[in-house]
Amino acid sequence: MDIVDPEEYEASHVHRVYEHIAPHFSATRFKPWPIVEKFLCNLPIGAVGLDVGCGNGKYLTVNPNVFIVGSDRSSSLIGIARGRKIQDSFVADALDLPHPDSRFDFAISIAVIHHFSSPERRCHALKSILATLKVPNDNSDGGRALIYVWALEQKNSRRGWDEGDQQDVFVPWVMSKQFSSTNAKAKGKGRDEKLTYMRYYHLYRKGELEADIARAGGRVQESGYEKDNWWAICGPVR
Amino acid sequence: MTAKPPFIPPPHFTLHPTNLPLPPTTPPPKMKILTTNYLTCALRACKSHPSSFPLHFRDAELQQDSLPFNAAFIANILPRIDWPALLTTATELGFTGLPAEKPDLLATAEMEADEGVGRELHRILLETQVVEGKLVCGNCGHEYAIHQGIANFLLPGHLV
Repeated sequence: MDIVDPEEYEASHVHRVYEHIAPHFSATRFKPWPIVEKFLCNLPIGAVGLDVGCGNGKYLTVNPNVFIVGSDRSSSLIGIARGRKIQDSFVADALDLPHPDSRFDFAISIAVIHHFSSPERRCHALKSILATLKVPNDNSDGGRALIYVWALEQKNSRRGWDEGDQQDVFVPWVMSKQFSSTNAKAKGKGRDEKLTYMRYYHLYRKGELEADIARAGGRVQESGYEKDNWWAICGPVR
Repeated sequence: MTAKPPFIPPPHFTLHPTNLPLPPTTPPPKMKILTTNYLTCALRACKSHPSSFPLHFRDAELQQDSLPFNAAFIANILPRIDWPALLTTATELGFTGLPAEKPDLLATAEMEADEGVGRELHRILLETQVVEGKLVCGNCGHEYAIHQGIANFLLPGHLV
């Protein structure tokens, strides 16, 4: 797929969509995924890390003994995340993270990288995350990032995509009526009509996440597949 | 045992009123001083300039919270702190009680002491929170606004 202006494309098909669907989206995102939970709970006390694309902040409170700074492109989702007590969160773009290099023990970026609409931008996002992590040396292993992206291979899911299908897709978000703003309701044609928003995704095929991480200059330490998603734990090289 | 000293705001900032117009179930949003030790300019070109870190507070409106003291957390966060940057931030906000050099890993007894450095760090890093104000890059001069406790680091080109 050739997108002329990926930045504008993502503004229309990712950022604005999340601004509209934030409360409804957030209401469906409350249960931490097991591998993410395990990653966070195994961190030492006082570890400092990032949640890039933290959404409603559901991972910010999983382990109260670590300090996580959350950021998201959507100010509506950050508005929801701000209620999470222990941790901080703010509005930032994953491509322009406002953090010093090589300071963080860990990072997570869960279901975020697949919203970037070109291979260069996905690589750029991984690079900016890797740059924040401590570089390994003789005395320490360096920082680690856990990345999750949606998989193309998910033939048993509701969506039913599989190997060989188109990887750049629009995925509908059907807004339930209780979350539609009065303004959005007024725009809808009938009272019972539900609003549908289309979100852009790049569905990752097997091995693609590992290849992108390598291209971004990172080293994959572990990777796998869980519930329609590819995941990888990676870090910067020496 | 002496009581915890009351928080006295420096003259150039005001305490935020406690009657924030927020629903009772939502804690008021704010940003911890600890976070500012991990923030720099979002512009990649600024990051290689020492003057971009730490960002500088302008018109900061602070609020002092009371949070449970976790000695182990403070002891483990201490080695991760950039001390000169913290001193700069603390001085800008009117806190002058920190030693010029980062203390060695603190003994538990000292950590627990009412007047110790551990308590002072807890007070500054976690209990002092920013509600309104700006964070300014010392290199390019860009101002990042903090409004209702939420900082916005989107660069002008992204402001759709």
